[in-house]
Amino acid sequence: MSIAITSPQLKENAAEALKDAQLQEALAKVGPGFIGKRAAAAAAMPEFDALRDSARDIKNHTLAHLDLYLERFEEKVREAGGHVHYAVDAADARAIITDICKRLSAKTVTKGKSMISEEIGLNDHLEAQGIIPVETDLGEYLIQIRHETPSHIIAPAIHLNKRQVEADFRRVHTDLPADRDLTEPTSLLAEARGELRQKFLVADVGITGANFLIAETGTSVLVTNEGNGDLTQTLPKAHIVLASLEKLVPTLEDATQLLRVLARSATGQDMSVYTTFSTGPRRPQDGDGPGEYHVVLLDNGRSAMLEGELREMLRCIRCGACMNHCPVYHAIGGHAYGWVYPGPMGSVLTPSLIGVEKGANLPNASTFCGRCEEVCPVRIPLPKLMRHWREKEFERHLTPAPQRYGLKVWSFFATRGWLYRPATRLAMAALSLLGRSKGRFSSLPLAGGWTKYRDFPAPEGDTFQAQWRARKASSRSNAA
Amino acid sequence: MTSFTGPASSAHARPPRVGLFCTCLVDTLRPSVGFAAAKLLEEAGCEVDVPRQTCCGQPAFNSGDRATARALAEQTIAAFESFDYVVAPSGSCAGMMKTHYAELFAGEPDGMIRAEHFCAKVYELVSFLVDVMGMTSVTARYEGVATYHDSCSGLRELKVKDQPRTLLASVEGLTLNEMADADTCCGFGGTFCVKYPDISNAIVGKKADNVVASGADTLLAGDLGCLMNMAGKLQREGHQIAVRHVAEVLAGMGDGPAIGVAKKD
Repeated sequence: MSIAITSPQLKENAAEALKDAQLQEALAKVGPGFIGKRAAAAAAMPEFDALRDSARDIKNHTLAHLDLYLERFEEKVREAGGHVHYAVDAADARAIITDICKRLSAKTVTKGKSMISEEIGLNDHLEAQGIIPVETDLGEYLIQIRHETPSHIIAPAIHLNKRQVEADFRRVHTDLPADRDLTEPTSLLAEARGELRQKFLVADVGITGANFLIAETGTSVLVTNEGNGDLTQTLPKAHIVLASLEKLVPTLEDATQLLRVLARSATGQDMSVYTTFSTGPRRPQDGDGPGEYHVVLLDNGRSAMLEGELREMLRCIRCGACMNHCPVYHAIGGHAYGWVYPGPMGSVLTPSLIGVEKGANLPNASTFCGRCEEVCPVRIPLPKLMRHWREKEFERHLTPAPQRYGLKVWSFFATRGWLYRPATRLAMAALSLLGRSKGRFSSLPLAGGWTKYRDFPAPEGDTFQAQWRARKASSRSNAA
Repeated sequence: MTSFTGPASSAHARPPRVGLFCTCLVDTLRPSVGFAAAKLLEEAGCEVDVPRQTCCGQPAFNSGDRATARALAEQTIAAFESFDYVVAPSGSCAGMMKTHYAELFAGEPDGMIRAEHFCAKVYELVSFLVDVMGMTSVTARYEGVATYHDSCSGLRELKVKDQPRTLLASVEGLTLNEMADADTCCGFGGTFCVKYPDISNAIVGKKADNVVASGADTLLAGDLGCLMNMAGKLQREGHQIAVRHVAEVLAGMGDGPAIGVAKKD
């Protein structure tokens, strides 16, 4: 079972989000929190834009030869004593992971943050099989105890404030003294750490995502700021890496190049606090580490994106910069997008994964301001790809009827200048007369979407083209 | 006096012939912006004409209707290709023509070449005056404290940022007070504002707050779509801030009624 899809109700979701004062208070901090930090990190590095070009090129190269790098990766994982499993879709991935857990008689599974896990609805599935999943990233832990989904790909609980967290901890951690002080972020953190430390020690299997998979060495790379990923993958009997195909990069050198743009784009850090490279299970000479190392490689629609325009989306390294800079995301937050991936990257990726019929609202709900493309570390032309979906929607007659008819009428006139010019003159003359006393309209037929929130200016009078021609004609006759 | 540093104005044996793409919003709703643009171009030494035109096709392009967008691109190219330059008082329409027309002719080599020739001649008004014509100041007076909103397409597709500020600095009587997040979208987004009115309203609401907080009595920008959106919101909230296209002020034509304000009889 995956996350319920509410993308078709984006408008309703957005209206709810806009009314939610607590959410709005949390969202108000997103822009100021991330934008300045990324800008400072980029400014401190003169070669940052050149690195972005290089990051784009590395990913393009990998995608062009993905089959070769997948084979190489698999071979290297096997050489190191690990296993690679290919999962065609979500159900496949869930079954592979459950089989491993059952074979090891796993009761508790700790998890590092993984958006792919959300994509395949892993937690619900594990619970249904009697296996307890425990999210160990603080943000993920919070949304797990609230039975919510992430609202941001790198800051899953960004929609919450500390008062809400305090209330949740008091509700869930019932064995702790009721009069304990939880007013400070540090006390909340200490409590979460205490709770999670127990889970790390009893977990049978650890599941993490991966930021990169390195073909050259069969290594998975994970970055975190909390160190939870390391405890998740080194303490249990088995470490399962759950990652999608496009996480592949050819070499260690390539991975480190991409790391240089990842954290800077995401949080403005030079590097994340923890960057962990994992290759195979524990070797005899190792002091610790998992006894088994598995990589579950998820396709789930991605290989179909390799052909055509959407391939560029597969460069995404999930830094979240696009949503951090998105005015629409800032207004409505991540949940309103109605599935796993929000913001501009979600608006391009989601229709590929759930279908344009269900996902069409997402690429439409963009002002095309272009700020996402401006900050993308791998230079994905996000507005262009959102427009691609609008074209698919239009081609398949999925565009909502009022919009389609409006566009039709407008196109009819705009492509017939001889009709357009007299028609606009007539319309403007009438509107200008109607609006003359006030200079604007507070309501207009057929323009309710505009005048619900704003006034509409009355036209000045005759059209510019008509006035220009009249002036030219009179200056010519004066000259003659 | 309007002054120039660049050799551009003298490099031409004859004055450059500029086709003014007035934009459908200026054409229908605010012709005074068109006249201000023509005046500035003439002051810069250009010969200006306004060929018959409708729309650049951006609404169709962004709605996924490529066939209509292509038809309008073809119509616009045909109308303007005899000019040395095509200039629009809008970063959005100029951005559409300059950066997207060629892709509408993908798979049509002749059409593509023709489009690329055309694209190379397209400019947004203020950046054309500064970057191509070498204008560094204007002869204009405007009493007031203004703040300037960077419209997205002009800023990100055409790199219009310093040019309007350079020219505004030379306007007598005008003080420029920058607002917070001047380069953040106003929430207009073409059809976006009527397709998703609640979200658009939230975005323009924040913009209006920033405009008000700047202490300016005048809001300027280079795109009529954004200006109408911001003016409409400020007026709905009861603010008395005059909203104008930057060309009106630069051309010394900032004494007419502001956007959405009635003419005095």
